[in-house]
Amino acid sequence: MPAPGSRALSALMTPLFAVLAFTLLAFAAPASAAPPTAGASMSRGPASDADALADPLGSSRWQDMRRALFPDAAVRFDARVSVTAPPNAEDPLNVPVSVDASALPDVREVVVFADFNPIVKVLSFAPVDAIATLGFRLKLQQSSPIRAAARTGDGVWHVGGTWVRTHGGGCTLPSVGSASPLWQQHLNEVSGRVWHGVGPGERLRLRVIHPMDTGLAAGIPSFHIEDLLVSAADGRPLMRIHPFEPVSENPVFTLDLHKGTSARGALRVRGRDNNGNLIDAGVAQ
Amino acid sequence: MSPAIRPIRLIRLLPVLGSLIAAAAPAQAPAPDAGRAQVSTRERGAMPDFDYHLQPRRVADGVYMIEGRREDFSTENGGNIVNTGFIVGNSGVIVIDTGPSRRYGEQLRAAIARITPLPVVLTLNTHHHPDHFLGNQAFPPATLAALTETITGIETEGGAFNDNMYRLNGDWMRDTEVVVPQQRIAPGRRMVGGRDIELLALGGHTAADLVLIDHATGTLFASDLVFNHRAPTTPHADLARWIAALASLAELPVRHYVPGHGPASDDASPLLETRAYLEWLGHAIHEAAAGGMDMAEVLARPVPSRFTALALADREYRRSVSHLFPAAERAALVPSTPR
Repeated sequence: MPAPGSRALSALMTPLFAVLAFTLLAFAAPASAAPPTAGASMSRGPASDADALADPLGSSRWQDMRRALFPDAAVRFDARVSVTAPPNAEDPLNVPVSVDASALPDVREVVVFADFNPIVKVLSFAPVDAIATLGFRLKLQQSSPIRAAARTGDGVWHVGGTWVRTHGGGCTLPSVGSASPLWQQHLNEVSGRVWHGVGPGERLRLRVIHPMDTGLAAGIPSFHIEDLLVSAADGRPLMRIHPFEPVSENPVFTLDLHKGTSARGALRVRGRDNNGNLIDAGVAQ
Repeated sequence: MSPAIRPIRLIRLLPVLGSLIAAAAPAQAPAPDAGRAQVSTRERGAMPDFDYHLQPRRVADGVYMIEGRREDFSTENGGNIVNTGFIVGNSGVIVIDTGPSRRYGEQLRAAIARITPLPVVLTLNTHHHPDHFLGNQAFPPATLAALTETITGIETEGGAFNDNMYRLNGDWMRDTEVVVPQQRIAPGRRMVGGRDIELLALGGHTAADLVLIDHATGTLFASDLVFNHRAPTTPHADLARWIAALASLAELPVRHYVPGHGPASDDASPLLETRAYLEWLGHAIHEAAAGGMDMAEVLARPVPSRFTALALADREYRRSVSHLFPAAERAALVPSTPR
């Protein structure tokens, strides 16, 4: 693994992927218009229909993703949205991912998805009054691009991403917690801490005890946190997170808040899971 | 060692996608799927002969090791990334680890037979990682022995390891099955096959790591507690216990050191090298967690230059973050009282 950063790696792999993906698409999906479309739009100039350009990650699922997630919106690949993840997942149940869209102005919402996961959407977040970054871990069923799409105030989706290779199985395995009654006594308990001088502002890290069952393991229904709101001491919302099933068990989130956010008192975390169990905790300084 | 340890049973890798990735990422670690080897074999127009070319090297009088490659598991090396060894006494042979596959075990057995006609009387699995026991099929079942926790580990995790080794090493694994040692061996000094050996029950690389001393020659078979010129692996590691085990190994009056991975040595430098790496690793992970770093940020950090000469340092560091960071992170976060 010579390239330590996933960004460097994806840059390295991009041209090869593009070539191979075209071959793949032509071979596997003759009805799909991907290769000719890409050529045509390129001739119309780089600034216009960037969304129709070739996927830099060369995924045969990209056009499906675009249609399903952003059907009527402008979409462009944008280096200002970075997704940092290991090129090879050591543990497909816990693939660490860090999303940074803070180089974009006016980010309203960020959607994270994995093209080849059985449940594509991993989470979304809205940096209401926080820096547009989020770290977390996800379950990956098979090798896939991990992408983040950031919607700016003008309605345009800016997409970045990286490939993660895995042997798979991350989504169809039962959670560790589902095999043990321990989590039932600690469900939705929060631990966390604020660091000053780490990251671009104040660093908040949160862990919530929850099995985050995908519903894809036999006999274990979907059970996951679906809403988390981090707010300041005065009740002002800072960040909304909407996790979906692929977020890892006992999720850990890394947030970057603006400097001074926690100076006015303890932060509060509230939320709920899809069974209506509530989360409500203060975070130690 | 075992990068093969992943809690996976259900695999539905798109074959097309798999070969796409393998072809597109040549600079990466060896492709985990068999697709690449099949392609390259076809290109060469010949089937691989599945010969590991095991060459026993004499470490001391009657003491031999077979050094594996300092690589990751791959369809090219068939899993031959591990050291095995054997000691020839006047009435029998002691085998230390059986390798990653049935084929390896059979070829190890044949390599021993080229050196001595004496029977194998004791076959040890130093710990429960798959490159150390999946050759067990080739050895007399009654001779297979291991520490209790190792036997439990092979019983509970052996099947999943074996599945994964097929994926990583391809057809080299053909007909490999898990054979659980039935003999629970106790630590202590004893005569076996006419050799004066001592077994130490240590741990830290895994829950149980078995170390062997051949007293006549002062040879230490250090299991995967010691790596040499190759970064240590940590899927089941307890770093504090491991470092303590290395300290006790450093006290032993031995002259020859056979690590679990990497070349043998006639001084204790591999112990120091392994210890320095583990101390750095533990410290780096603790500091990162206590400092509020996100796991993806920790993964993206470089390995210090003093360790980059170790084979696979970059890759093993990243694996170790996956193994060790979550616990360090839990310790750094403060439980909140529900409101």
